[in-house]
Amino acid sequence: MAHQSYEAQKKAVYKGLVFLAIITLIEVVFSLFGKGHIIWEGAAHSVVVKYVVGLIIIGLSLYKAFFIIFEFMHMSHEKKTLARSVLLPMCLLIWAVIAFLYEGNYWNNSRSYILAKDHEKTERVMPELPVKEDVKQVGHH
Amino acid sequence: MATDTLSEIKKTTQEGQGDWMGGKPPMKASYGKLMMWYFLLSDAFTFSGFLIAYGALRMSVPTWPVPDFVFQSFPGGFTGMPLIFVTVMSFVLIISSVTMVRAVQEGKRENKNGVVFWMLMTVIGGIGFLSCQAYEWYNLIAVEHMTLYENPFGSHTVDGVYINDDGSKGEAFKAGQSYLVHKTDGEFHFRKFEITSGENAGEIAYETLGPKAFGALFYCITGFHGFHVLSGVLFLLIIAINAASGLYVKRKNGYEMVEKIGLYWHFVDLVWVFVFLVFYLL
Repeated sequence: MAHQSYEAQKKAVYKGLVFLAIITLIEVVFSLFGKGHIIWEGAAHSVVVKYVVGLIIIGLSLYKAFFIIFEFMHMSHEKKTLARSVLLPMCLLIWAVIAFLYEGNYWNNSRSYILAKDHEKTERVMPELPVKEDVKQVGHH
Repeated sequence: MATDTLSEIKKTTQEGQGDWMGGKPPMKASYGKLMMWYFLLSDAFTFSGFLIAYGALRMSVPTWPVPDFVFQSFPGGFTGMPLIFVTVMSFVLIISSVTMVRAVQEGKRENKNGVVFWMLMTVIGGIGFLSCQAYEWYNLIAVEHMTLYENPFGSHTVDGVYINDDGSKGEAFKAGQSYLVHKTDGEFHFRKFEITSGENAGEIAYETLGPKAFGALFYCITGFHGFHVLSGVLFLLIIAINAASGLYVKRKNGYEMVEKIGLYWHFVDLVWVFVFLVFYLL
C-alpha cells in the first residue's frame, strides 16, 4: 500500500470491509451448522463435526486477526524488528492455551471421579436421606 | 506512506534532536507510536489471561451453556434468532474500524475536515456497539436473571420427559438440550422431569442451574472489552475535538495522534474477534 495512490488506498479499505464481513458471515454459518441449526440437525451430536467446525472457525478468526493487524494497523509498513518485537511475545500464549485447556480437562476428570465416588458411598451408608442432608452428615465426620 | 513518515522523522530529529534524542529513532517509529504498540501488547496479554481462564473453566465442567441458546434474542421482543444480534454487533465494530482507517488516511493527506468527519463516524460506530451491548446485558440481567454467580442456562445430561405440576407428562427432551431456569418473585423454578435414558432411567430429577462460572466470565470479559470501547470513544472524541480546533495542523506530522488512537481502536476490534470466537461461535 506504500506506493499506492490515494484512490487505490481508499478502494483497498472498502475491499477490506467486505472481506471481513464475508469472513464473519462464513464463521456464523459454520457455527450454526455445527450446533445443528441449519442444513443438518444431527451435526450437533457429531464429534467429528464439532472438531472440524471448531478448527475452521478458529482458523478464520486468526486470519481475521492477521488481516486487521497487517492491513488496518499498517503493521506491514513498519520495520520488521518492530513487528517481531510486538508479535513474537504472543507466541508464549500458544503454550499457555495448551497447558490451561489440558489442566481444565484434568479438573473435569477429577471432579467427575469425586462425584462418582461420593455417589457410591452415600448410596451404601444412608440411601433414604435427600442429597443436601447427606452432604452435611458426611461433613461432620 | 512509509516514506512520508520517514521524512517527517528526519525533519524533527534535525530540528531539535527529536523525540528520541539520539538523532535516529529506533525501529524508524516515533516514540508515541512504538509505546502504543507495546501498550497494546500488554493489553493483549491481559485479555489473553481472561480468555485462557475462560477456556480452562469451560473445559472443567461436563456441560457449558450453548451460545445459540443463550444469545438468541433480538431487540423488539424477538427470540429464537441464534447469533443474529451478535453478528450485527460485530458488523458495527468492523464498520467503525474501517471508518477509523479512513480517518488515518485523511490525516496522512493533512485533510482536517476529512479526519474530523471520519472520526465522528467512528464515534457513532462505537456508541452503536455500546448500545447493542447494553441491550444484550439488559436482556441477560433483567429478563433472564443471570448474575455474576448464578447462571440459569443449563444443559440436560440425560434424555427425559418433563412432569407438569398436576402430575401429567409434559414435553420430552434429549441429552445435550439447553434450558433456561425461569425466575419469578426472586426464586428460581426448577422443573421436575423423569429420566428416560441411562442407568438412572425411571428416576425423578430436577433441573439445576448451569455452570456457575459462566455469568462471571461473560460479564467480566465482555465488560472489560466494553470498557475499552467506552474509553476508546472518549479518546476519539477528545482527539476529534483537538483535530477540529487545528491543534494537529500545527504539528505537521500527518495527524500522528489520529494514527495512534486508530491503533487502539483496531485493537479493540481485534479483541472482539476473539471474544466473538470463544463466547458466541464455539
